[in-house]
Amino acid sequence: MPKKSITIALAGNPNSGKSTIFNNLTGTRQKVGNWPGVTVEKKEGHLKTNGYDLAVVDLPGTYSLTAYSIEEIVARNFILDEKPDVVVGIIDASNLERNLYLATQLRELDTKVIFVLNMADCARERGIKIDADKLRELLDVPVIFTVGNRNQGTSELLKTIISTAEAEIDLPRTRRVYYGKDIEKAINELSEFIREKTSAGLPYHIRWIAIKLLENDKIVKERVLEYTNPYGEAILQEAELKREHLREFFDEEPEIVMTDHRYGFIAGIMKEVEKTVSKQRVDVSRQIDQVLTNRLLGLPIFVFFIWAMFQLTFSLGAYPMDWIDAGVGWLGVGADRILPEGLFADLIVNGIIAGVGSVAIFLPNILILFFCIALFEDTGYMARAAFLMDKVMHLIGLHGKSFIPMLMGFGCNVPAIMATRTLESEKDRILTILINPMMSCAARLPVYILLAGAFFGAKAGNAIFSIYALGIVLAISVGRLFRSTLLRGKVAPFVMELPPYRVPMFKGLLIHMWDRSKIFLKKIGGVILIGSVIIWFLSAFPKHVQFSRNYESEIANISVHYDASIAAAQGDLVEKLVSERDEAISALEVLRAREKVERSYIGRLGKVLSPVFAPIGMDWRGSVAVLTGFVAKEIVVSTMGVLYAVGAEEDEKSDALKVALRKSNMTPLSAYAMMAFVLIYVPCLATVAVIRRETNSWKWAVFSITYSTILAWLVAFLIYQGGKVVGLA
Amino acid sequence: MDLSELKEGQTATVARVGGDGPFRRRLLEMGFLRGTDIYVEKYAPLRDPIELILKGYHVSLRMDEAARIQVENVRDSR
Repeated sequence: MPKKSITIALAGNPNSGKSTIFNNLTGTRQKVGNWPGVTVEKKEGHLKTNGYDLAVVDLPGTYSLTAYSIEEIVARNFILDEKPDVVVGIIDASNLERNLYLATQLRELDTKVIFVLNMADCARERGIKIDADKLRELLDVPVIFTVGNRNQGTSELLKTIISTAEAEIDLPRTRRVYYGKDIEKAINELSEFIREKTSAGLPYHIRWIAIKLLENDKIVKERVLEYTNPYGEAILQEAELKREHLREFFDEEPEIVMTDHRYGFIAGIMKEVEKTVSKQRVDVSRQIDQVLTNRLLGLPIFVFFIWAMFQLTFSLGAYPMDWIDAGVGWLGVGADRILPEGLFADLIVNGIIAGVGSVAIFLPNILILFFCIALFEDTGYMARAAFLMDKVMHLIGLHGKSFIPMLMGFGCNVPAIMATRTLESEKDRILTILINPMMSCAARLPVYILLAGAFFGAKAGNAIFSIYALGIVLAISVGRLFRSTLLRGKVAPFVMELPPYRVPMFKGLLIHMWDRSKIFLKKIGGVILIGSVIIWFLSAFPKHVQFSRNYESEIANISVHYDASIAAAQGDLVEKLVSERDEAISALEVLRAREKVERSYIGRLGKVLSPVFAPIGMDWRGSVAVLTGFVAKEIVVSTMGVLYAVGAEEDEKSDALKVALRKSNMTPLSAYAMMAFVLIYVPCLATVAVIRRETNSWKWAVFSITYSTILAWLVAFLIYQGGKVVGLA
Repeated sequence: MDLSELKEGQTATVARVGGDGPFRRRLLEMGFLRGTDIYVEKYAPLRDPIELILKGYHVSLRMDEAARIQVENVRDSR
């Protein structure tokens, strides 16, 4: 009976087009999550074909399967422990030699392997001719060609996957890497030693274990201890003896010699398989780099790209923002009409719809920003950015690769901090995580747009840009400080591939953009919803407050007074009196609403804390707003909406809020100090949670909260008081 | 001679890769093997890192890392 469900693992070098193949296979039926226990992203997709149910797992992109980085360990463990039916090794055909290094390691694992020569068109263009039949014969595995970004070869790949999964293949294979006489002897002896000690205890192929023990692989050593009790110690001792012997013989670490032999094996294959038929034609990618990483033009162009990204995000995003704003307003009015008046309607309209709506409105910004970042990544420009910025990042003691998560921090710190997993050194990771919240995320943008829009008019763009710049400067200074005090140590090596530029696939860009925006949306769905309800509760209760004036009777008095005059008046005068009356009443209602908020729980909390915020130019309303911003920074806006725009019309809320802000005792200087404070202080709840998870300690999460809040206060203090001294108030 | 002493447009052959264990291993895995030709494509605008071409692909290294790779047979190939 045929097997109906097949698990496939995709393995390959970074930049080998692995995720394109994955997208081609699974389309949008993808599930993005984490590998158990670690924080490396796990992508899984499903498809049905020819009566088979295929589960495709995208392994992290790696150059090797040693145990140096989390990605490598994750990829290897999946193949070893989950035993997928077929492992598909994606190989960049235009870069065959180096890609074969991982491929030979995949083969050594003794699972069913298919090799996919991807980007066959690039290889052809570069005048490289690959003899697939020869490769198939030499490696003894199925080999097929694909062009991922034109979706060519996908159906053949599927066919091969199914036939391979169903085929009986003798494992281990006879053709394998030959490590030279002396190492082979050690491998055989060690294998024999292991076999004698254990009959069936080990789940892996013994030759592979022997090879890994000779390479001093820490994970395999742990596994051996675990599975071959009580002989584990003896096996490891034997392996160490052999390593000692080989080290003496070669005057070199055995794993280095073995790496050499693998490349030797590959060189043999290359000689038979690859032919360069024509002299390389014009290398477009290299020519692009003559400009983009040019000594003089490289950095200005980079700055321009970043600037353009923000311009695009904010000016293009303004149109859909208006539509969403209108939609949310309409929803609020509709709900107000349908629901019976009372506490429940108040919760829905003013708590949930207003709170979530004020965040949903920034979805267009976030989609565009993530689209731009996906564009940088998929074209290959991201690696150039790291290349250009490494020297600068190195000043902080960071790797150029840290630049990528830092840049992503402008979108959202949560996925950005998750992206620090590409860093190999633990200290680099922690440092990057700690300074990442200084990169002003998209959620803080609403606050800037509101404050800068209200106080800086046509110069709002410049004010916002300077806040972003302030964040970068602070990240550099704080990074340097931490590197020289808390996190002293070596910087990880900067061995980074600069892949050829590629025309990205639109579908791929959309998938990447959507994957990340989903995280933002989930925040709205969960944290923000809860936060909005809490804030609504704090501002709606206590329900009955003791007002300083008797508004009810004053309003009644006005009505009585005017109604008498209106009854007596005639013609135009009636209209004039009616509008006068309504104005007087609504003025009182605004005062009443404001006093109600002032006397609510949240108002009292803000008043208690206001002495702390007074030196940085914020009144009690500002302090309440930033307090609520801990849930998520965008909430600062909705809180200010409640605290300032009371009595405003629903559908022009944001403009009304700006007017209200200008009428309050805020000045451009105090608004700017508040923008700086919002930039720096406590990362939002979700970020704190992800910091805890990624550093695996509460210590760093608490440290992050503490240092950022103190720093925020100090910077805002300097801006506000310093500005007053030089007469900016 | 160290790899970091090369000028843009020069090619040299790897003689020895120094440095500590994981770093060396990573370089070897990326193809920095004895006898491999390396072409210096360019220096970054801030003079660090350096872009190299070997085995048909582009890779960047920091200057202090390139200094740990000894090369021989330096030649101009532009």
